[in-house]
Amino acid sequence: MSTQSMHIDAYERNWMIFGIVMLALFAAAVSVAAFGMGIQVPAPEQRVDPRTVATDPNSPWSNPGLREIAPGKYDAYILARAIPKWEYLPNEMTVPAGSTVSFYVTSADVQHGFKIQDTNANFMVLPGQVSKLTITFDKPGTYNFICTEYCGSGHGVMYGAIIVTP
Amino acid sequence: MTQYQLSTGEKKFIGWHLLAAILAFAVGSFFGPLQAFEHAGWDLYPYLKPLIKSYYQGLTIHGVLNALVWTTFFIMGFLTFNVIFGLKRPLKNMTLNKVGFWMMVVGVLTAAVPILANEATVLFTFYPPLKANPFFYIGLTLVVVGSWVEGWGFFMTYAAWRKEHPNERTPFIAFGSLVTTLLWQICTLGVAVEILTMLLPWSLGLIEGVDPQLARTYFWFTGHPLVYFWLLPAYISWYAMLPKQAGGGKMFSDSLARLAFWLFLVLSTPLGFHHQYVDPGVPPVWKFIHAMLTFSVFFPSLMTAFTVIASLEYAGRKQGGTGTLRWIGKLNWSNPSVAAQLLAGILFFFGGIGGLANASYNVNLVLHNTAFVPGHFHLTVATAVTLSFMGISYWLVPYLTGKKLWQPKWATIQAWVWFIGMIIFSNSMHVLGLLGAPRRVPLGLAPYIPAEWNSRLFQVGVGGAILFVSGVLYLVVMYKTATNKQTVESEVEVPIAEAMQDPALSPVWLDRWSPWVYGALALIVIVYGPQLFDMIKNIALTSPGFRVW
Ligand code: HEM
Ligand SMILES: [Cu+2]
Ligand SMILES: [Cu+2]
Repeated sequence: MSTQSMHIDAYERNWMIFGIVMLALFAAAVSVAAFGMGIQVPAPEQRVDPRTVATDPNSPWSNPGLREIAPGKYDAYILARAIPKWEYLPNEMTVPAGSTVSFYVTSADVQHGFKIQDTNANFMVLPGQVSKLTITFDKPGTYNFICTEYCGSGHGVMYGAIIVTP
Repeated sequence: MTQYQLSTGEKKFIGWHLLAAILAFAVGSFFGPLQAFEHAGWDLYPYLKPLIKSYYQGLTIHGVLNALVWTTFFIMGFLTFNVIFGLKRPLKNMTLNKVGFWMMVVGVLTAAVPILANEATVLFTFYPPLKANPFFYIGLTLVVVGSWVEGWGFFMTYAAWRKEHPNERTPFIAFGSLVTTLLWQICTLGVAVEILTMLLPWSLGLIEGVDPQLARTYFWFTGHPLVYFWLLPAYISWYAMLPKQAGGGKMFSDSLARLAFWLFLVLSTPLGFHHQYVDPGVPPVWKFIHAMLTFSVFFPSLMTAFTVIASLEYAGRKQGGTGTLRWIGKLNWSNPSVAAQLLAGILFFFGGIGGLANASYNVNLVLHNTAFVPGHFHLTVATAVTLSFMGISYWLVPYLTGKKLWQPKWATIQAWVWFIGMIIFSNSMHVLGLLGAPRRVPLGLAPYIPAEWNSRLFQVGVGGAILFVSGVLYLVVMYKTATNKQTVESEVEVPIAEAMQDPALSPVWLDRWSPWVYGALALIVIVYGPQLFDMIKNIALTSPGFRVW
């Protein structure tokens, strides 16, 4: 009787090595993009009370909108909601080309999404949490932002736009 | 050589699982084409009123019945078969397994009531604070617990077998089924905790609010391994049955197949944050660690690809096939079970590539919740898994019922039609996603559709129509088979591909449970523990429920 051992065919060994190398390369590419090029995913920013975030006068989302904090630099406080209707507040903002905008988005009710078309901005919007992402708009044009998480019957009509002027 | 025989009672019991699965598929899949037609601008929902009130009620039915019910019932039936046939002994306690099965049935019916009443239009992910009727959560819990009970029945049967055969290697199909069952029992703890500690008491009015971020984390603890729960039964068939059906082939490497299953057990749970890359409340460092683990779980799938293809090549060459690829033509394509599973495997290759893209951390920023995602998982769960299960049913149903498969030619055509429809459907969904189209949106009505999406949306409808034909064909073949007057001449042979190397020679550590189980649990504690602990410590039950549909 031959002994118990793990029999691995030569082709199979090569395939497994090839697989490991490929996966390592993918991992490396992703890491370079994340840490070298700074293409980062959202990080915990702030927690809020969803029951009062839209009404508490101390909450920036009681008065959502665009604030210029330095020349060409903006903070955009955006409230996503399904009640009384499916919308973002504000649903339209205008900035000049070259502006850097930090989005601070939260929800007053259910889960929503926030995806700015033709950019890397795409994140979940949860009640109780603030989602933040910073984007620089170099090219003039109209950038729709749309809701990407099911938030009730009006989910498909929930959108707004950032207008980047020349 | 005569094969081990299942008793009539056992066959009936497995048959009940398949019947429930196929009924769920029939109802659930009916909505798929409706969704696809809606995307193409052909909105049929007004005709469904008052029975179905909205696109989203239909989508909830589609997701729940297809992804959760069709799969789980088929899998529990198939695993029951594998455990009994593989171990060549009856279940240790048939009553226990029956209790589990009927719990699942009662669970589905319980959840169906609020879904049909439009009181649970929360989709199959039921993200709070969307708040469903309590019976929805109770029903889901019963389904999960019922599947646990059936699994305990498998473990007891295995323990009894082990006592009777202390020195034997666990036969492969039973081994794979037990690993699948264990994986399921570990990972479903996530939704169990989510429902029992938050959603159910909340829907009953016992607590005021929930923590949506924590709920998502519990959900995806279960949600990713769920896909391996779907996939591993198909892998069992691809490894250990398909090569035999395709041309008298053998399993290329028994020990590597076992190693792959163990790796799935260890690696498939601790990576759920890859569904939460863009969640605000999870630190990027954990997301990154889960991304790396996600790459690692591709490794056992690559091993599977090698072993399955090598086993098939052996079968093809045995049938006189030559050349680098020409042996593929020699496989037994006229057998519908073979055709369905081979086509499923081919599309799974593309599903895997799309999965790598989804998994790639920041690449996910472009893809998250776009139509790319349903494009991807209709290649995986709705084809690799579903078409394989259809293929399995083409021999298993005749085996269980003693009825001849009705018109095998039509069954083969069914598989090809699914394949073609899915290529068109899935390709257009992938492209739409890359163009920025969101998922879970009745895109035919959305106000922000640029003109360049239109031709792709039309293709979604075309693919959906072709898939509809295939789905109906499957149901016809199943119905005609179950009611066939022609019975099989002799007992249907169960296709089992022997391993090329005697499994008794594979290392003992591949048949030991504890190192792998402890390893799996330890890894979960390491990569989920700290963040979960932090989230639970800072839990904020501040979100009241909403019914916004
Ligand atoms: C008959 C062929 C099918 C067609 C034409 C079809 C079509 C679709 C479409 C168009 C969507 C996207 C809806 C949206 O995002 O708004 C969808 C979602 C989905 N499908 Fe299918 N489908 C089919 C079969 C299946 C099968 C067999 C399964 C699983 C076994 C499945 C599982 C799902 C799941 C889980 C979703 C996601 C639901 C959600 O977002 O909540 N589908 N399907
Ligand atoms: Cu939405
Ligand atoms: Cu996943």
